[in-house]
Amino acid sequence: MVMNGTAKRSMGRSLAALAVAALLAGGCASTGNPKDPLEGFNRAMFALNDDLDKIVIKPAAQGYQAVLPELVRHGVANFFANIGDVFIAVNDVLQGKVPDAINDVGRVLVNTTLGVLGLRDVASELGVEKHNEDFGQTLGAWGVGEGPYIVLPFFGSRTVRDSFGLALDLHFDPVGNLYPVPDRNTLLATRVLSDRTQLFSAEKILDEAALDRYSYVRNAYLQRRRNQVFDGNPPRNREEDQ
Amino acid sequence: MNMKKLFLLLLVSFAALAQAQTADTAPDALVKSVTNEVLQIIRGDKDIQAGNSKKAIDLIETKVLPNFNFTHMTQLAVGRDWKSASPAQQKQLADEFRTLLVRTYAKALTEYRNQTIEFKPFKMNAADLDAKVRSQVSQAGGKPIPLDYFLEKLAAGWKVYDIEVDGISLVINYRESFAAEVRNGGIDGLVKTLQAKNRTGAGGPKT
Repeated sequence: MVMNGTAKRSMGRSLAALAVAALLAGGCASTGNPKDPLEGFNRAMFALNDDLDKIVIKPAAQGYQAVLPELVRHGVANFFANIGDVFIAVNDVLQGKVPDAINDVGRVLVNTTLGVLGLRDVASELGVEKHNEDFGQTLGAWGVGEGPYIVLPFFGSRTVRDSFGLALDLHFDPVGNLYPVPDRNTLLATRVLSDRTQLFSAEKILDEAALDRYSYVRNAYLQRRRNQVFDGNPPRNREEDQ
Repeated sequence: MNMKKLFLLLLVSFAALAQAQTADTAPDALVKSVTNEVLQIIRGDKDIQAGNSKKAIDLIETKVLPNFNFTHMTQLAVGRDWKSASPAQQKQLADEFRTLLVRTYAKALTEYRNQTIEFKPFKMNAADLDAKVRSQVSQAGGKPIPLDYFLEKLAAGWKVYDIEVDGISLVINYRESFAAEVRNGGIDGLVKTLQAKNRTGAGGPKT
């Protein structure tokens, strides 16, 4: 969110502390679900994030969508995605995925130049694939187990491992490290709203699909995460009797 | 051989051939043709894009549903508890899950905004009874999303029994929610929850 560099670094530390505290708290909770030992804490956070979204973020995102024409919004989304590609490339290297790293550095170069600072995703139009890597996936590729599912305030669904990954993502986030501060705050807020508008469709479908939104989101997050760490080929037995 | 017998023989052979031809449509060709047909219809239909669920549901019922095996999908989603359900309960579960999926899919179709779908290269052995058809949904200003179909070969042809969106398996995602419902209220409890959800739709109880 909107804060200075020192606060951001200490937020990273706070996230890690929160994750540890939740782990300890979870030990005392007596929930029946072995896949979600922190369920009590998580449901409370989920409800908190829902409220935050309903009261602050979604209305702002709707305003954002109403005010900016589609072309501009696509440009903004592409701009942030281009910055994101830089760290996807870094994580490719950390995971030893050299061809992907070359691909992703190529994406950044093409989009920054031909795509005018990333406003246009020329690389995808040319057929250069967009990948998805972050520090949490890197930790997973290095063999770090995911740990319990945890719902973080504001950031939402994570696993404990991915919370540490998130802290690293935030620490290195170029937008978050930008100066002067007012420009950085504007960019951070814009990115939040841009990301949020991309979820409007998915949100409507989620409401239709889910019997219980909390567990639907949790199951989806965990499945998707394992898929990402294994890059689309997780060991999966559809017929398993749980 | 008399004419009547010959006629019947020919009739049966033609029927068998027609059946074989439907059953022999390769899984990737099947998914591609249904997808392209549905998208073509939606692109030309302003009502669906404006949110007319009824039209979307009609489209799904006629074009999409015949290619799904809902009984198998429900069995996979219910998991271990399927065996303890009576045939009548199993039918109820399959019907309600089918309705839930149709409504959800209809909602997704009304949200369609000119995304394009690319199919990835498809490989299978002629003798395979199971296939995975991979595709990708791209939209302007967003990341492309993998969309995979899992099909099984039945007498009536290839049928879909699971879909994965961005690595999330539909049946596996419902499995835990269903298991929780059965733990709370038994199979009948699950049926009731599904019925209530289908009656009220997105306005039903949340979280």
